[in-house]
Amino acid sequence: MRNALIVLLFLLPASLISYAQADKLLDELSADMPKAGGAVSATFKATRIIDGCSVENLGEGVLDFRISHRFGQVNQGYQNFYGLDNATTRIGLDYGIKPWLMVGIGHSAYNKDVDGSLKIKLLRQKLNGMPITLSYATSMNIETQQAPTLPAGDTWVFPNRLSYTHQLLIGRKFNESLSLQLTPTIVHYNIVDSSKFNNNTLALGIGGRIKLTKRMAITGEYYYRLTNTDLLFQGNPTFNSFSLGIDIETGGHVFQLMVTNSQGLTDRTFIGQTTDSWSKGALHIGFNVSRVFTVVKPKGFREGAASW
Amino acid sequence: MKKTILSFLFVALAATGAEAQKYMTRTAKVHFDATTSHSPEKIEGVNNEVGNILDAKTGDLVFQVLIKSFKFEKQLMEEHFHENYMESDKYPKADFKGVISNLSEVNFSKDGTYNVTVTGMLTIHGVANKVSVPGTITVKGNTLVAKAKFNVVLKEYKIDVPSLVADKLAKTAIVTLESNLVQK
Repeated sequence: MRNALIVLLFLLPASLISYAQADKLLDELSADMPKAGGAVSATFKATRIIDGCSVENLGEGVLDFRISHRFGQVNQGYQNFYGLDNATTRIGLDYGIKPWLMVGIGHSAYNKDVDGSLKIKLLRQKLNGMPITLSYATSMNIETQQAPTLPAGDTWVFPNRLSYTHQLLIGRKFNESLSLQLTPTIVHYNIVDSSKFNNNTLALGIGGRIKLTKRMAITGEYYYRLTNTDLLFQGNPTFNSFSLGIDIETGGHVFQLMVTNSQGLTDRTFIGQTTDSWSKGALHIGFNVSRVFTVVKPKGFREGAASW
Repeated sequence: MKKTILSFLFVALAATGAEAQKYMTRTAKVHFDATTSHSPEKIEGVNNEVGNILDAKTGDLVFQVLIKSFKFEKQLMEEHFHENYMESDKYPKADFKGVISNLSEVNFSKDGTYNVTVTGMLTIHGVANKVSVPGTITVKGNTLVAKAKFNVVLKEYKIDVPSLVADKLAKTAIVTLESNLVQK
């Protein structure tokens, strides 16, 4: 008994001492360990907040297949089953060439738009340091629907079909749940409804998300037009785009459900050519589904894992 | 008084002695596999930047893992790993501090492979658990290769797995470790 006690007495401080020493060794390791002040990730769940670009890029070698769907106006009544009968769709493919560079193409049923886009990450928010992520996004739209009937002698030239969007994306993840983004935007339309309108629309977008759970977030997005607010689009008055949504994440998919007054799915249509308004209840229910595929496997992963 | 001075001297001597007996690396490898038969793809990650010190004199052994250094084949898996499971911004590091329980069985001055048992505290996701892990140490000149394979039960480290993916993600991750240490 006494022996056991003595052994215990010896063991007790021995174990304490050894752990204290282990602590010292750990400090030694920490001392010149790379600082845990790395880049902030997952500011937003997807490459678009709702309709507009987010500061998120696809990883290198990652292909994103996106299907976006906007139903008709909910105030159309039973005749059009509250808008669900009239849907417009955009099918898009985005690809990450480099972690900071992604390109995309897409086709929308709305105005038969074909779009090509580019997004470049310029600055990345860091845990200790850079407070924001800054990206530049640009897209070009080619409207491909049939040319309007023109008076004899007039021709509908190809450049009439083009429009361009340039955006600066200034995003910040404030904490685990809150991310905000400011998006100064300029959209250039090669042709507008009347010569009294400017071909450029300046807008300031503000978007954000609040994470409710690890896999669900509510999102919001508003594009406030600074110029060209009286722009007519195909004879109809236009409104600022405002959307509210929910992001739901399951395994390899991100679902985005939303209510918005914009039915168009390309930058030029929703930012400057939204013809429905919240005040009239002319809203569209919609969803985006994103599915990512790793096309090119990251280098270094296999080599690292090879020895197992 | 004399005794105290003596013991101080001993401690000091021991400390300097230990200095020469330390083995270290910053490029130890940790790999985990949490794949189940229902997983749609292989769920695995690898980290090649693990810090490791072994004190041959005392048998003290520590590991330090920066969670953000884990690499994945799929970017989305990497994001989910950090955001949904490990909460890497909140818990950036995992570490282990412990001792080789059967230190006397390892002869660091003789080449060969020795079976060891390591006991200590493993901290992952901010939760510390006492673990005991079998492994091997291979001595070759002034280098060591330490290897171990053990299980990490996610629940024990408060890593939540939502019911939606419960059958696609293993409840227990198999962790493999390989460390090539060099005498300091």
